[in-house]
Amino acid sequence: MELNLLYYLVPGTVMMFCGVYGFFTRRSLLAVLLSVELMLNAVNINFAVFNRFLFPDALEGHFFSLFGIAISAAETAVAIAIMINVYRNLNGINTDDIRKLKG
Amino acid sequence: MNNNIFAVLSLHAELWLMMVILVVLLADLFMGSLRKCWLHPLVCVLMAAQVIINLTPDTRMLFGGMYINTPFMSIVKSVLSAGTLLVFLQSDRWLSRPDTHFKRGEFYVLTLCTLLGMFFMLTAGHFLLFYLGLELASIPMACIVALDKYRHDSAEAGAKFILSSMFSSAFLLYGLSFLYGSCGTLYMADVSGLLSDSAMAKFALALFIAGIAFKMSLVPFHLWTADVYQGAPTTVTAYLSVISKGAAAVALAGILYHVFGAYVSDWGYALSALVMLTITVGNLMALLQNDMKRFMAFSSISQAGYLLLGVMTNSPQGIASVVFYLIIYIVANIGVFSVIGALEEENGGNALQREDYRGLYRTNPRLAFFMTLCLFSLAGIPPFAGFFSKFFIFSAAAGAGWWITVFVALVNTVVSLYYYLMVVKAMYIETPDEGKSPLPAFRVGGTSRICMWLCFAGVCVLGLLSVIYEGLFHWATGFCAG
Repeated sequence: MELNLLYYLVPGTVMMFCGVYGFFTRRSLLAVLLSVELMLNAVNINFAVFNRFLFPDALEGHFFSLFGIAISAAETAVAIAIMINVYRNLNGINTDDIRKLKG
Repeated sequence: MNNNIFAVLSLHAELWLMMVILVVLLADLFMGSLRKCWLHPLVCVLMAAQVIINLTPDTRMLFGGMYINTPFMSIVKSVLSAGTLLVFLQSDRWLSRPDTHFKRGEFYVLTLCTLLGMFFMLTAGHFLLFYLGLELASIPMACIVALDKYRHDSAEAGAKFILSSMFSSAFLLYGLSFLYGSCGTLYMADVSGLLSDSAMAKFALALFIAGIAFKMSLVPFHLWTADVYQGAPTTVTAYLSVISKGAAAVALAGILYHVFGAYVSDWGYALSALVMLTITVGNLMALLQNDMKRFMAFSSISQAGYLLLGVMTNSPQGIASVVFYLIIYIVANIGVFSVIGALEEENGGNALQREDYRGLYRTNPRLAFFMTLCLFSLAGIPPFAGFFSKFFIFSAAAGAGWWITVFVALVNTVVSLYYYLMVVKAMYIETPDEGKSPLPAFRVGGTSRICMWLCFAGVCVLGLLSVIYEGLFHWATGFCAG
């Protein structure tokens, strides 16, 4: 069976929208963070796939996904540091707990 | 293009800023705790030098077209640096509080890192550099939002900020991946030539605008704004509401003009709908607020709508009026926040409601007068600067034929007058409730006082100096041509 572009793009899109769904429905802040990571990884898949199938003679897409991975790691580090801080103040990191500022 | 080592020196704005960051970082490390009081003047002097250095307009292309500086962007960088300087000037009382004074070095370094990110965002010639700048502008921002780490509000605001900023950059990146898929490159100059009339490229554009709209807090994407603005320390809120919003607006204007100019008939209507929604919803929500910082958050949402109105005109006139609006918005909004911050520090660091401002005119007449001028400027009452900036935005948009949008924006200006005047009424006419006394009389000292005088001068004079707009228009014409 020949694997074409579509076999990679569809899982990427499914991942993206699973991430969006998770972002809005999860209760725990950590699960929300995981959902965002899912979205960022869907983007990385997209870049790598477009590069591999459509423009195989340049490496721009691969480089973009490498930078994307590095930056999402930096973001996760900051997000987890802030969550630890929230946990220390509240002893819990559920989205129900952070309702002091009405949103 | 020259590839010798000296070509890097033409990054002078960024290089100087990096030097300031390093100097402040090392000074913070090695200064004894007694000499820490010198850190604040040091940062302010270095930032003043930064403003002047950026004023040397220069056209350069570096790193194979990844970095493109234009004279116009030099001016914008200078404006942003001046705004940051104002924020630093007003931060002295907050940073000398016992629970924050040991963190002042961190505050300066993180704030300057976000400024550096905005510089790269503005002068990017490639979407990768744009994305890196955007993230450099938002990751340290989450840290300074959560800087008051023992106050629960601040941590909560930080968590909300970082999560929504990651969410929005995921959308932006998803859009960029489709743009890459349809063009095969992400160099801005090449993309504009390769754009075809495909649905994929338009989908990419929609996701890209959605991602930026999160950063600018335009209306369907504004849900994080009020909570973050209320929870963050007041100085940080001031920075967030003017500098980062303004940088995102100018960067969006540049990219829409240069890269997506061919799609103007598509994004014009989309942005026009966003403008009307943003201004109306921002104003209506501001009417309901009682907490002063939350009130200013919704006011800044509607101000972002006016900025976007300039962006969507897609002409040199529109882009020049966006920067002019930004200059005056910086002065007026930082002025209001400096008063809010000073009163909050006087109140022991606790947030104030609008009722607490009652009777302020009796105890602190000059402070109340200054706040009134800034609010009038935000509302756009002549002869204050805000009137002229709104006038230029409206005339640019009307010149491009957006009559209905301009009409909705004009009606909303009247609505905004109502809620700005409610604050003025609380300060001048209303008396405090039984058993409550108005805020005591006090004197704002130190650099906060300088910041207030500068903002006062800006609000009164900037609108009357037509040379500023003419200069901006001149540079913007060059920016749009090249």
